[in-house]
Amino acid sequence: MTRIDVGSVLRNSANLPFSDLVTRPTGAAVRRCIQTELAALSEGDVALLDFSHIGMMDYSCADEVVAKLLIALAGQDAHAGYIVFHGITDAHLEAIEVVLDHHGLALVVQFADGGARLVGSVSDEERAIWEMVYARGSVAADDVAGREPAEMARILESLLRRRLLRHNGVTYAPLGPVQ
Amino acid sequence: MTVVIAVPSSLDDLTFESVLDQLAQHPADAKVIVDARHATFATPYGLTALLTLAQTRAEKAEFLPPENPDTVSYWARAGFFRYAEELFDVRGHVPRPRSAGESDVLLEVTPVTKSDDVHGVVERIQERAASILLNKLHLESRATMGFAMTLSEACQNIVEHAGRGGWVMVQAYNYRRRLGGRFVVVIAVCDAGVGFRSSLESGQRRPLSDRWDDAVALEAAVVNGVSRYGDPGRGQGLKGIRGYVHRWEGKLSVRSGTARIALIPSWDDDVPRREGLAFFPGAQLQITIPEKVSAVA
Repeated sequence: MTRIDVGSVLRNSANLPFSDLVTRPTGAAVRRCIQTELAALSEGDVALLDFSHIGMMDYSCADEVVAKLLIALAGQDAHAGYIVFHGITDAHLEAIEVVLDHHGLALVVQFADGGARLVGSVSDEERAIWEMVYARGSVAADDVAGREPAEMARILESLLRRRLLRHNGVTYAPLGPVQ
Repeated sequence: MTVVIAVPSSLDDLTFESVLDQLAQHPADAKVIVDARHATFATPYGLTALLTLAQTRAEKAEFLPPENPDTVSYWARAGFFRYAEELFDVRGHVPRPRSAGESDVLLEVTPVTKSDDVHGVVERIQERAASILLNKLHLESRATMGFAMTLSEACQNIVEHAGRGGWVMVQAYNYRRRLGGRFVVVIAVCDAGVGFRSSLESGQRRPLSDRWDDAVALEAAVVNGVSRYGDPGRGQGLKGIRGYVHRWEGKLSVRSGTARIALIPSWDDDVPRREGLAFFPGAQLQITIPEKVSAVA
């Protein structure tokens, strides 16, 4: 898993001497730097986007950095990379949740202890199945008792397309623990 | 011809209309004296709107400062004269402002012209606002972050839409007129730019309706989240501001051109929409966040 320190991107790559992610131009500059780093990933790699050194984030910047990054990622070929968000605090979450809801997007937040949480616009069914995959470590569409395999496959594929899960052979797996 | 414009003794977002009403009776290039000698109180809106007014005059206006020593001292501490001396011909002596660190103002009058200015405003406000919001307004800690976000988005409207620089100021004070002495924090952001109507027109974002004026433009942008940019992610700043104001039972008012709309909490009796006001360029926004009711004895 590749770690991208967003604070470092802000100050070094984007060359902006701030600790807060505010304003659209700042967000756009940071996103472009992150996208450059993501482009260097190998097929199917997972990038850990680390917000630990970011103070606050406003709505405009959350739209530029988070929403547009996810939209661009979803538009790429199926073999492109995945993103896990790390170091997200309540100070970031308010803006992130608003923009995710606005665009109908969702993302995975990974905690330092390895726990994970799905944030954003997902149905109760999608959330339940995503949590099942994270709890089990791996799930196939036809190995869940009490659920129709076709329906399971539909939801798992939807989560896969949204890059909230990934393939592990014929099964579906979490995006991976923090290394 | 020289025109004397009298500044009311108490200058806020509503009484500032009397200043604009007086100006509207004279041509834009008339020589103006702005007479604030009898002013004894001014909100952040009043101070930033006066600077904005100066920006709109074809000929540099004269300015007569308040005679009350406490008032003129406060205006100096608020950073008003630092910019007024550039924009007006200020008559008479005004006190030198003390350093920002000694000020009792949350954020002095601060120019906003570019994106970096917004970063500066946000960094300066966070530490000062936290103490006031928690200890004076008795709000939860998450209100602090939302406050900085709200301030950031309000300032960005200038950078993104105004087409010229504007002003921001933040102050906390006892609001005796409306809230029986409860504390409030007030954000004022004023610019003399193109205003909401022209901004939406420039992006071909006028709503499909027969009526089109400043009030409709304000409603489209502030209430419905329409932006001059076609980008579907736009419009979330004002939406976020509305959400923050609603959550903390605050008040939001936005004036542009000849109209003003307000989101009004239960503690205020303002009207939601005013039309046919004296024309004033740009956009003038005010956010008032009150002390939490349950914390008042």
